[in-house]
Amino acid sequence: MNGKFRILLPVISLGVLLAAVFYLQPRAMSYFGLNLLFNLAVPIALATIAQMMIIMVNDIDLSVGTFVSFVACVTATFLNDAPLIGVLILGASILAYAALGALIHLRQLPAIVVTLGMSFVWGGLAVLILPSPGGAAPGWIRTLMTVKPPLVPMAIVASVLIAALTHLLIMRSATGTLLRGVGGNTKAVARSGWEIAKLKAGAYGLAGFFGVLSGVCLVGLTTSADANIALRYTLLSIAGVILGGGEFTGGRVSPVGAVLGALTLALAGSFLSFMRLSPDWQIGAQGAILILVLAVRLIFSRKTSGQGGAA
Amino acid sequence: MNTLSQSLSTTWRRPWFWAYVASTAAFAATLLLTEGRGGGELLSAAFTFAAFSAIVGIGQMFIITLGPGNVDLSIPATMTLAGTLSLKFMGGDASLILPGLAVALGVGFGAGVFNYLLIRLLRIPPIIATLSASFIYQSIAIWSNRGLRIKPPQALSDFATGATLGVPNVALVGIAIAIVAWFILERSLYGRWISAIGQNMRAARLSGIPVQLMFASTFIGAAVLAGLTGYLLASFSGGAALNMGAEYLLISIAVVVIGGSSIAGGNSNVPGIWGGALLMFLIVSMLNSYGLGAGVRLIMTGVIIITIVAAAAGKEGSR
Repeated sequence: MNGKFRILLPVISLGVLLAAVFYLQPRAMSYFGLNLLFNLAVPIALATIAQMMIIMVNDIDLSVGTFVSFVACVTATFLNDAPLIGVLILGASILAYAALGALIHLRQLPAIVVTLGMSFVWGGLAVLILPSPGGAAPGWIRTLMTVKPPLVPMAIVASVLIAALTHLLIMRSATGTLLRGVGGNTKAVARSGWEIAKLKAGAYGLAGFFGVLSGVCLVGLTTSADANIALRYTLLSIAGVILGGGEFTGGRVSPVGAVLGALTLALAGSFLSFMRLSPDWQIGAQGAILILVLAVRLIFSRKTSGQGGAA
Repeated sequence: MNTLSQSLSTTWRRPWFWAYVASTAAFAATLLLTEGRGGGELLSAAFTFAAFSAIVGIGQMFIITLGPGNVDLSIPATMTLAGTLSLKFMGGDASLILPGLAVALGVGFGAGVFNYLLIRLLRIPPIIATLSASFIYQSIAIWSNRGLRIKPPQALSDFATGATLGVPNVALVGIAIAIVAWFILERSLYGRWISAIGQNMRAARLSGIPVQLMFASTFIGAAVLAGLTGYLLASFSGGAALNMGAEYLLISIAVVVIGGSSIAGGNSNVPGIWGGALLMFLIVSMLNSYGLGAGVRLIMTGVIIITIVAAAAGKEGSR
C-alpha cells in the first residue's frame, strides 16, 4: 500500500459505518447524537496513538490496557486528592515506559513478552491503588471532557486535534522521521550515528505519555475508575492501528489513520447498541465488523501492489 | 571428566534450565513456610494446573515458531467455546464422554480452520485475525451457555480430578502431548520444516516446503489443543464458565517464552514449556502462601517474568 491509499481505507470504513448508523437512526445525525456515538472515542484514540508509537519501532505493547487502567486509578485517587503526588506518579510511569524501551533494545528482549510482564505489574499497581471501583474525577478534567463547543461535539474536536498534533510530530518533524526510521531500518539509523537505545526510549516514552492522557481523559468521562476499566484497550488499540493502515513492521504507521481507526472501533460499539442487537452477539458483531473492514483492505492492497497482508 | 563438565556446561546453557531452577526455588520457598507440610498436595496441584497451561502452550509454541507476528490470540475463546459446547452436548450423560471429546476437538478444528482462512484468504495479520475471530467464538459461547452451568458426567469429572499412581491424570495427558510434540518438532520432517519457515520463510518456500499447508496445520493443531484443554478444564472444574479461558491468553505466550523458545520464531523447545507452566503456577502459589494480596502477587509475577526473559536473553546473546 502506498501512502495515498493507506489513508483511504480508514476514511471509507468510518464513512460507511457512519452512513449505516444514520440510515438506521436518522436522529443520530445531530449534535447530541454524535456526542453519544463518539462518547468514548477520545480515550480510545489516545490509547491507539500510544500503541502506534510502539508499533512504529517494530514492537508491540500488550500492556496498553492495564497501563491505561492504572493511570485511571491514579487519576481518580491521587490526582484528585493530592495533585502534586498524582503528577509525580504519572511522570514516573512515563519514565518507566521510556526505561523499558531502552532495556528492550539494550538486552535485545522480545517486546511482546516484556510488555506482557508489565501488564501484570500495572494491573497489580492498579489493584493496590484502588482495590474496589471508586474514586472521583478531578474537577478540571471533568469540565474539559464535558465541554460543549459550538457546532461540533467535543469528542470530534478532540480527535481532530489529536490527529493533527501527532501527524505534525510523527510525519513532519525530524524526530518523528528518525523514530520511523528505527522501525524502517534500524541499522541504517544506527550507522548514521544515532543511539538506537535513546530513540527507542523516546518512542516508548511517547507511548507512556499518550497512555497517561488516555487514562486521564477516560476518568473525565466515567467520573470514577476501577482496576479493570480499560483492559480491552490493548486489543482495541492494536486493531485501531492496523485499521488505520499501519503495519506491524517497517515503521509504516499513520497517526491520522490510527485516530480514524479508533473512531471506527468506538463507533462500531455504539452502532451495535443502537441496533438493539442481543447483548450475546455484541462482541461477536464487533469481531465481524473488524474482519469486514480488513477484508476491504485486501482490495486496496491488491490494487496498489501485488503483495500485501500477512503470511 | 571433560565430558562431564562439558555436559554440565551445556545443560545450564539450555534455555529451559532456568525455568526449572526457578520452579524448584519457588517450590522450596513455599515449603519453607509450611515447614515441609503439604509438599505432595502442592506438587500434585502444580502438575494439574501446569498441564492446562502446557497443552495450550505447546499449540502456541508451534505457531510462534513459524516466525514474527504469528501468535494465536483466540486460544481463550476457543477453550471456552469447546468447554461450553461439549458439556452441553454431554448433558451429564456418561455414555457421551467420547462423543463429547469429539465435539470439543471438532470445535477446536473448526476454529483453527476459520483462523487460517482469515489469515490466508483475507490476508489479515494473524494477531488481528485470531483476535477478531475470538470475539465471534466468545459470542457463540455466550449465546449457547445462557448462564447455565451444566455439570460434566461423573466419570469424566472423576477422571479429570483423579490421579493414576500418584500422578494427576490431567498431567499424564499433558506429558503425553509434550512427548508427541517433542518428537514432531525434533525428530520429524514436519518439525524441521516449521523451524525452517520460522528462520527464513523465503528460503523455506524456495526449497519446496509447502508453506501454506504448514501454516494451516499449525493453526488448526493449536486450536484443537485449545479445544482439548477447554474440555479437560471444564470437566476438572465441574462445568464450563464464560471466563474460564481468560487467563490462558497471557499464560500460553508466557510459558513459551519463559521456556526459552525464541519469540522471533524458528527456534523452540518442548521441555521448557512444562518448566514455564510449572513456574507460573508455583510462583503464584508461593506468593499466595506468603499471604501477599492480589496486587503484590500480580506485580511480582510480572517482575519475575521480565527478569527471567532478561536473564535468558543475556545467555543466548543477541540474535
